[in-house]
Amino acid sequence: MSETANIASTSGSRVKTSSAVRTKPSFLWVLRKYWIFYVMMAPAAIILLINNYIPMLGVLIAFKNVNYTKGIIASPWVGFANFKYLFSSEAAWVITRNTISYNVVFIILNLIIPVAFAIMFNEMRSKLLSKFHQSTMFLPFFLSMVCVAYLVYAFLGSEHGFVNTVLFPMLGINPIDWYTEPKYWTVILPIVNTWKNIGYYTVIYMAAIIGIDGEYYEAALIDGASKWQQVKNITLPLIMPVIITMTLLQVGRIFYADFGLFFQVTKNAGALFPTTQVIDTYVYQTFLTMGDIGMSSAAGLYQAVVGFILVLLSNLLVRKVSKDNALF
Amino acid sequence: MESYKFMFKDWHQILRSFGISVYLAVVGTAISLVVMALYAYPISRSDFPHKNFFSFFMFFTMLFNGGLVPWYLVYTQMLDLKNTLAALMIPLLVSAFYVLLLRTFFANSIPMALIEAAKIDGAGEIRTFSQIILPLSLPVLASVALFQVLNYWNDWFLSLVFISGSKNINLQFMMYKTMLDIQFLSSNVQASQGLAAAGGVLKLPTETVRMAMAVLGIGPIVFAYPFFQKYFKKGLMVGAVKG
Repeated sequence: MSETANIASTSGSRVKTSSAVRTKPSFLWVLRKYWIFYVMMAPAAIILLINNYIPMLGVLIAFKNVNYTKGIIASPWVGFANFKYLFSSEAAWVITRNTISYNVVFIILNLIIPVAFAIMFNEMRSKLLSKFHQSTMFLPFFLSMVCVAYLVYAFLGSEHGFVNTVLFPMLGINPIDWYTEPKYWTVILPIVNTWKNIGYYTVIYMAAIIGIDGEYYEAALIDGASKWQQVKNITLPLIMPVIITMTLLQVGRIFYADFGLFFQVTKNAGALFPTTQVIDTYVYQTFLTMGDIGMSSAAGLYQAVVGFILVLLSNLLVRKVSKDNALF
Repeated sequence: MESYKFMFKDWHQILRSFGISVYLAVVGTAISLVVMALYAYPISRSDFPHKNFFSFFMFFTMLFNGGLVPWYLVYTQMLDLKNTLAALMIPLLVSAFYVLLLRTFFANSIPMALIEAAKIDGAGEIRTFSQIILPLSLPVLASVALFQVLNYWNDWFLSLVFISGSKNINLQFMMYKTMLDIQFLSSNVQASQGLAAAGGVLKLPTETVRMAMAVLGIGPIVFAYPFFQKYFKKGLMVGAVKG
C-alpha cells in the first residue's frame, strides 16, 4: 500500500530492514519529512473545513428547536420532533415523490436520447456536419439556468410567449396560462432538462464509441451484417459499461434535484408546487423564505442521509460492472 | 429627463454587475486553480504516507453534505460574510471532483523518475511543483480553469442566498431579478395600476437594457465556446476519477 519511501530515505531515524518487514513510519517522522506538503494542502483543507466539514457538524441543528435570541448553541434539544413534524405533513411525501420521479424520467431520457444521437453522429458521413450538430447540441450545457429560464419564458409567457401568441392561434388552440397549471410541468421540465444536458451525455457516449476497435465492424461487414445488426451486436454491448456507469452515477444522485431547474425555470411559482416542488427547493423555501429552521434542516438531513446511502449502493453496483469507473 | 435618469441607473447597475461577474470569474478561477493544484499534488505522490487520508478527506465531501441550513449559518453567523463578494467566491473555490481530476493527471502523466531527478538536482518540493509539474499539466489545468470560469460566470445561487440589495450582485442574478420584476408587473395588473395611482412610476428596464443584459450574460460564453470546446470535451472525458 504505502511505498516504502522510508527505506529509500536517508533519514537516520530509520532502521533499514533487510527482509520484507515494513515498519509503518511514525506520524512525527512523516510530518518532519513531508512538512512542506502539509503547508501546500493547508489552504484547500481550511476551505473544506469551512465549506463542508463544519456544516456537517451543523446537521445537529435538525435536532434542536433553534431560537435566535438564545443563539444556536444554547437552543434546546428536541430530539426527533422536527422530523415528526416534517413527515406528518403532506409536503414530505410530495417532495420525495417529485424528486424521485423526475429524476427517474431524467435518467431514462439521458440514457436513450444521447446514446441514439451518439450512434447517429458516428454513422454520419460528413464529419463537418457531425461536428456542427454536436456543437449546437453541446451549447445549452454552458448556459446558466437563468438564461434557460429566460428562454422558456419567451416560449411560455402568457402575454408575449411564442406558444400562446403565435403557435396556438395558428393551430386554433386556446392559449394556456402555463405558469399556473401544474399538470403541464411534468412534461415541460423533462424536455428542458434533456435539452440542456443532451450534449454532455452525447459527448461521453461518443467518446466511448470512438474507442471501439474498427476491426469488429470490418469483420461484421464481411459477414454481411446490416447497420442495425452492427449497432445491436457490437456498439451497444461494447459501450454497455459506460452506459451502466453513467446511469448508476445518476441513480446515486436520485435524491438530489437540480435546484436551478426547479427554481428558475418554474419561476418558483407557488401554483405549480404540487408538481414542481422538490427536496432542494423545499429546503430553500422553508428556510430562507419562511424562516423555519427546524423543518428545513430536518428535510436537509433527511436528504443527505438517504442520498449518502444511495451513493454507496450505486457505487457498489458500479464496481460490479466496471471497476475502473467506480468512484471508490 | 426622468426616463434618462432611470436608463442611466440601469446601465450603471449592469456595468457594475458585469464587473463583479468578470472579477469573480478571473480572480476566483485563479485562486481556485492554485489552491486545488496545491492540494492535488501531495495526494498524487505515491511516496507520501498520508495520501490516502487526505484523498479521503477531499473525497468524502462528494458523498455527504450538511445541507443548506448549517452551510448558510457558517457563512453568515460564523464568518459574517453576508453581502460580501467573498461569499460569492469561497464556496466555489474547492471542488472535490476537480481536485481528484488533477490528482489523477499528476499521478498518471508525470513520471516519478522526473520528480526524483529534480530532487537529485537539488530542487525543493515547491520548486519541483512549480517548474516541472505545473508546466507539464497545462492541458488538465486549462480544462479545470475553463470549467471554473463557467461555474463562476453562471452562478446565481450564491447571490440569491447571500446578497440582499443590489450592490454586490453579479450579472446572472441581476438578470434573474429583472425577470422577476417584469413578471410581477405584467402578471399583476392591479399592482401596476395601484403603483401608477399612487403616483409611482413603473420602473421597468427598457427592452434595450434587457437585451443588453441578456447579451452580456450569454455573450462571453457563446463567443468563447467554439475556441474552447475541445478543452471542455477533454475535461469531460478525463472524468474517470478513481479513489
